[in-house]
Amino acid sequence: MYVGKKVTRVDAYDKVIGRTRYTDDLCDKSAYIARVLHSTIAHGRVVSMDTSEAEKIPGVVKVFTCFDVKEKHYFPTAGHPWSTDPGHQDVADRLVLTEEVRFYGDDIGAVVAEDEVAAAQALAAIKVEYEEYPFVLDVQEAMKEGAPQIHKDYPGNILKHTTIRKGNYEEAIKEPGLTKVEGWYDTPTVQHCHIENFICYAEMEGDRITVTASTQIPHIVRRIVGQALGIEWGRVRIVKPYIGGGFGNKQDALYEPLCAWLCMQLGGHLVKLDIPREDTFVSNRVRHAIRSHIISWVRPDGTYAARKLEAFSDQGAYASHGHSIVAKGAGAFPQLYPCDNVEVDAYTVFTNKSVAGAMRGYGIPQAMWAVESHTEDVAARMGMDPVEFRRKNLMPVGYVDAFSRNELYDDTFNQCLDKAMEAIDYKRKFNEYQNQTGDIRRGIGVSVFWYNTAVWPISLETSSCRMVLNQDGSLQVQLGETEIGQGADTAYTQMTADVLGVPLRDVHVVSCQDTDVTPFGTGAYASRQTYTAGFAIRQTAMLLKERILEYARELTRMPPYNLDISEGNIVRTTDGRVLMTLGELSTEALYSLTNSRHLSAESTSQIKSNAYSFGCTIAEVEVDIPMCKVKLLDIVNAHDAGKLINPALAEAQVHGGMSMGIGYGMSERLLFDEKTGRALNNNLLDYKLSTFMDHPRLKAVFVENAEPTSAFGTKALGEPPACSVAPAIRNAVYQATGVGVNEAPVNPHNLFRRFKEEGLI
Amino acid sequence: MYDIKALYEAESVEHAVRLLIEHPEAQIIAGGSDVLVQMREGKRAGKELVSIYGLDEMRGVSYEADGAVRIGSLTSFSHITRDPIIQEHINVLGEAVDLVGGPQIRNIGTIGGNTCNGVTSADSASTLHAWDAVVEITGPNGVRRIPIHDFYIRAGVVDLRPGEVQTAIIIPKVAYEGYHGHYIKYAMRNAMDIATTGCSVNVKLSPDKKVMEDVRIAYGVAGPVPMRAPRAEAAAKGRAVSKENVKTFARTVLEDVNPRDSWRASKEFRQHIAVVLAERALRESIRLAGGEVDE
Repeated sequence: MYVGKKVTRVDAYDKVIGRTRYTDDLCDKSAYIARVLHSTIAHGRVVSMDTSEAEKIPGVVKVFTCFDVKEKHYFPTAGHPWSTDPGHQDVADRLVLTEEVRFYGDDIGAVVAEDEVAAAQALAAIKVEYEEYPFVLDVQEAMKEGAPQIHKDYPGNILKHTTIRKGNYEEAIKEPGLTKVEGWYDTPTVQHCHIENFICYAEMEGDRITVTASTQIPHIVRRIVGQALGIEWGRVRIVKPYIGGGFGNKQDALYEPLCAWLCMQLGGHLVKLDIPREDTFVSNRVRHAIRSHIISWVRPDGTYAARKLEAFSDQGAYASHGHSIVAKGAGAFPQLYPCDNVEVDAYTVFTNKSVAGAMRGYGIPQAMWAVESHTEDVAARMGMDPVEFRRKNLMPVGYVDAFSRNELYDDTFNQCLDKAMEAIDYKRKFNEYQNQTGDIRRGIGVSVFWYNTAVWPISLETSSCRMVLNQDGSLQVQLGETEIGQGADTAYTQMTADVLGVPLRDVHVVSCQDTDVTPFGTGAYASRQTYTAGFAIRQTAMLLKERILEYARELTRMPPYNLDISEGNIVRTTDGRVLMTLGELSTEALYSLTNSRHLSAESTSQIKSNAYSFGCTIAEVEVDIPMCKVKLLDIVNAHDAGKLINPALAEAQVHGGMSMGIGYGMSERLLFDEKTGRALNNNLLDYKLSTFMDHPRLKAVFVENAEPTSAFGTKALGEPPACSVAPAIRNAVYQATGVGVNEAPVNPHNLFRRFKEEGLI
Repeated sequence: MYDIKALYEAESVEHAVRLLIEHPEAQIIAGGSDVLVQMREGKRAGKELVSIYGLDEMRGVSYEADGAVRIGSLTSFSHITRDPIIQEHINVLGEAVDLVGGPQIRNIGTIGGNTCNGVTSADSASTLHAWDAVVEITGPNGVRRIPIHDFYIRAGVVDLRPGEVQTAIIIPKVAYEGYHGHYIKYAMRNAMDIATTGCSVNVKLSPDKKVMEDVRIAYGVAGPVPMRAPRAEAAAKGRAVSKENVKTFARTVLEDVNPRDSWRASKEFRQHIAVVLAERALRESIRLAGGEVDE
């Protein structure tokens, strides 16, 4: 059996020696090079564009302006499964190039040239005349009367406002003896910073167009390119090779539609669009900055009488994934610490800033920053131990969410807290760090997180799989669920080998998705690849096995119910005798002069379940107060992701998420100029992505409660590791100094401001 | 792909000077870790380049006849850090340049490039200022030497005239003998960063280690170019080694420094950090010199 073992990644060798080919490696050198012209105002209209100088530059093929987009096919970009119900479809508010400018960096033109230098020179030579409008950068300012209106159908710039009402908040707060704890919590705009910037290339053959793209969601992008070009979806083919990370940025149609459009304008000539890092920060997607306001009414025994959350989510200029992000956090609020009387108001608001979309954690890192910072504040106010206070109020075992039907089957939170506390020697350190004085102090902080695995019942969950047997008994496996660096192909290989009963080396997962040949699947997003694909793999492997054993009946004269496949052999179960190898069977099946057979299986599994995936982070810090600096000394994440398919990959996944959480908690934020709306630090020097040198040794521990709904007992681990790191660091700083930093990140700028406010410096 | 008009490779310093005279618009390129970045950003796009990278005569650390330490301008950061002469006399310089970027940058980047780039945040610059370094420049009229303070004219502009190449940086014997120093780079992360403020302090103690015979301090990013803090130095020079005198020294730097208010950091924040760094760097320098600050 391979599931549960630390088998080596199937793509490890090629990636380490540099043989793996990514989009740019695959593109033919004859490609024209495209570059996007971005607006240099935050809000307004392009009045005219002078391209004459740009067109004179040697090597320039053609310059396109927003005025060249004659057929206006507005399209949605969010990488959600399409909804056949128009009421649930994503907002179609983008054009491949736009005259209406809604943020500094909007796509208003494009140049196509024979090489990068000519393209860069041409971009610089284009002159644009604008009509400028007032702009707004802050969510709450954008909601005010008289604020600039960014889209005509959304008064107050509110894309969506949803509410949750449970019990009676107003009545509940009248209970005598309650303590009111209130706080505002802010998270910054951050970017995914995957290693490989977005890149794609497009070419035509006949009347069909192929786009090879660094995307997480090839089948979804096919639909969106079809919509954006106004052509039949079947005329679009998307190919997804290996990609250098996505983290949700590539769960959006980014520039595939524009690249395809440029290609079509040029008679189908091969066009490559390779987005520079600076543009990736500004003109791809970012994480929603969310401002949260929480009020808790707490009884003297440390239980909640009533709670209220208002969350304001900064959508930026276009709808993209829209309200789904803040809605996810809002939905988690009443579940994580259940309370009888709850009011939640969540707003998603347009501003003239970079567009926010999906990013690892999908609203939960923002929500946990607010909720777990607040939980720390409440415990402190009530004079209660922060861990005991959480244990007292956390979702109890047996809890069932009325909407999703998700159930907490095991005592996950307590088990994860216990394991993490042991791993980091929490109790000793917590006691030792109480009541310190001096310039340099230490602290240890906790945060739990809420997460779930997939998107059911909000959205479609489906997975399709194809398995094809080769002449030697090995097989190819194809799925629409994509490898984006997380190790999905390896997990699929392990699962297939186990269900079919073949050695690992005989399973060849086809890593590349090609919408012409890959079974339909919606791609990599949520934390659903292993969970969702698991169902289709199990079902398809069982189907293939049935067909193999049926064929074996003829060759062995044994009934299929007395046969099994084990370690690549056809075995008689009654006495365990090996009757033949699967290779021998396969050779016979394909070359038989009497009964040749192409043995394959293909099936779809629609999934109508979802699974909670919970855990926690504990972080230990040393705070240098005069220097306004935090050093992360130790950190541990504990997760209950059900049964681990591959513990080594699981650990790596947690490390990556923790790293992302460290940046989110300590250093990262994308800044915008108040005067112009321009991004100020859209490069990897000024945007302080944390480095190897900013990390202590990362610890990951697991609780493996098998998930009952799952095909392999497994559940979410893709996004959860990034969800609780930042508030744990914040809470550690709070223990060390008594100062709560409610505006992430806990960087020297925010510490300087807060230490001054609190009189520490 | 870079927008480079032409690349001329110099075969000797004289050849480099000749090439620069022949191509007055050309930009000198050494390791390229600044120049290529600037070209990509469009700032120097389309320029001619004169590469001096192959000139081994400009590499390495040695003693001059009078005992001065001579650092060839093409010496890489990692070579400076590992050089025994630097480690013996000006260890702080090796430590300072070991904080530049990451390992790849430190292998390709040169101390000459770091100073000729003219930026206030260069990790080598504050220490070179604090150690009274002298810059050697070779041009069509021969060799001239100027104090590093005079080499920096304004942000991004250094005193290199047409046809001139910076060939070495020299630390005179009188500037290093008996001194011990410490550099603190204050940045927003522990690698791959430029300094928010950099502070280099060194001290020469009396034989009994009780008196600060000389104190020198220089900052990066406390003004448009790297700068000394003369009032602070005067406040400490000749004073006893004491907690109070160290604090006075640190507070006095605010009379010298003039940091910018920018989105990278507020002026108030930089001023606060400048004081904290001065105190800590002086304390550590005193400790390295064998002294002890009373508590």
